[in-house]
Amino acid sequence: MRIPPEDIAAQTETLRGTLGGRFGETVAAGADMPVVEVPRERVIELLLDLRDGAPGHRHLSMLTAVDRMPADPRFEVVYALYSIEANRWLRVNTRCGEFDAVVPSVTGLWPGANWLERECFDMFGIRFDGHPDLRRILMPEDFPHHPLRKEFPREGIEPDRLYRDWAAQRAQPEPGR
Amino acid sequence: MSGTATRSDFRQFEFMPGAPHDPLHGEPMLLNMGPQHPATHGVLRLRIVIDGEVILAVDPDVGYLHRGKEKMAESLGWQKFFPHTDRMDYLTPVMPNLAFALGLEKLAGVEVPERAQAIRVMFSELGRIASHLIYTGTTGIDLGAVTMFFYCFRERERIYDILDAWTGHRMNNTYVRLGGVAADVTPRILDMVDEFTREFPSKVDEYEQLLTRNVIWVERNRGVARISAEQAVAMGLTGPNLRASGVAYDVRRAQPYCGYETYDFEVPTSTDGDAYGRYLVRIAELRESCKIARQAMERLRGMRGDHLAHDTRYVLPRKDRVNDSMEELIHQFKVVTAMALPAGEVYQLIESSKGEFGFFLVSDGTPNPVRVHARSPSFVSIQAIPMLSEGRLLSDMVAVIGSLDFVMGECDR
Repeated sequence: MRIPPEDIAAQTETLRGTLGGRFGETVAAGADMPVVEVPRERVIELLLDLRDGAPGHRHLSMLTAVDRMPADPRFEVVYALYSIEANRWLRVNTRCGEFDAVVPSVTGLWPGANWLERECFDMFGIRFDGHPDLRRILMPEDFPHHPLRKEFPREGIEPDRLYRDWAAQRAQPEPGR
Repeated sequence: MSGTATRSDFRQFEFMPGAPHDPLHGEPMLLNMGPQHPATHGVLRLRIVIDGEVILAVDPDVGYLHRGKEKMAESLGWQKFFPHTDRMDYLTPVMPNLAFALGLEKLAGVEVPERAQAIRVMFSELGRIASHLIYTGTTGIDLGAVTMFFYCFRERERIYDILDAWTGHRMNNTYVRLGGVAADVTPRILDMVDEFTREFPSKVDEYEQLLTRNVIWVERNRGVARISAEQAVAMGLTGPNLRASGVAYDVRRAQPYCGYETYDFEVPTSTDGDAYGRYLVRIAELRESCKIARQAMERLRGMRGDHLAHDTRYVLPRKDRVNDSMEELIHQFKVVTAMALPAGEVYQLIESSKGEFGFFLVSDGTPNPVRVHARSPSFVSIQAIPMLSEGRLLSDMVAVIGSLDFVMGECDR
């Protein structure tokens, strides 16, 4: 996918006009598509407006987070929306801090956001307020860390823990024998 | 019950019409399917609650193939992450590389030579054919059409022979580079592609003779896992799964990359929205991909040019020069170990065989990425399994899984 820079600039202008600062947002032209920055209290309102207003960004292509560690607030939740009819892309960013890592869930707007938010919770520990089933998805259920946070070491924490647990279990005689 | 189970332990499960333990109207039962079940096409585990033969609820459990690729990217750097992208969608050669390379090129602002673009298009389309052949073959064998498996793997083998001639590898051939491709194609490879694309449409006719009007195939697929266009968009489905519901969205057409706007091809759709519709879309895509690969091959025959961009800041030097020039060796070392891209954020998608596949890249201007996120169409498709299968018979589950055509390496990352 490749959108010419002049198209991105034009789309950004249009978007700035349609939104008109109603959600306390700022619109900028990114390298690949327009980017909207919005406070998290207004993110649901903004996304609802983008989904249902013209031209209708009904396809939620991506939902993920970025850990910008030294920055405060450190987490940035990113939504990539697409309008299939009008062929328009845009990204919405919202921020949340480390000790207050809660963002409203968009599962009510897009049922497909369910697993995307679960993955985000699993990897970053960001809670999605209103999510129906916020469980871990890729990591084991009893895993105590959030691996994509910057403080999590690449080689893992206690990499041999699973093996040691297993060995300890093996050493115990089975009950009833 | 203790110790070994005896015959009397099973007596209560014996079938007695109208009895409280009638297995047709018994309590719901939890059935565990996978992660080693051959019909789940990888390490997908499904926890299925069934009442008799009817599926009441499904909870897909993914993550058995999670390797932490997004975390690894943060310490590996941009160039050294290329081989890892291959291991995401390992059934579609070249395309995962291409998505990552396009993202990096957009961040760095590198222009790719025309010949390299044509090579990328040709092998992407061959990769799409290989992936759709896996779908047709394995779904065929799951639903009882064993011959399909052998037919499809016969043609897939020829694609892998072409890739072998180009790269020296059959699978996971990290041959797309930032700025182009690692090696040019020789006339012999173009001859192989020529021969393959000339014969392949007749092979697709063979598949269609076997399946399209086959009573068993039609009965097992038609009306199964039906999803409307609105639901499919709300779930985030893309690729053939979305086009089978009647939405003609194809990244190659909507935001062309690698010069796809200059090729002549159709975007096949179906209005059925069921497993049979997805089959028809993929069969039609086999023909279209073959057409595009042939056009790219013809272009490459009459085109001169370079297969790599000339941009010493980001592009790796040619391997044959690295081997006998000290300067090129230093250049390669610097590009591989400490290549910094300009700060910025880019979301780059391609139309992979499974749908929208792409990367969200965040760079802060240092050699290490801040974030590399892979947008996985398989992850999204697997999410739709409960919606598509609940209320249907257990035997339809295999058709649902097969028709969504996902790959676990890309889902779990």
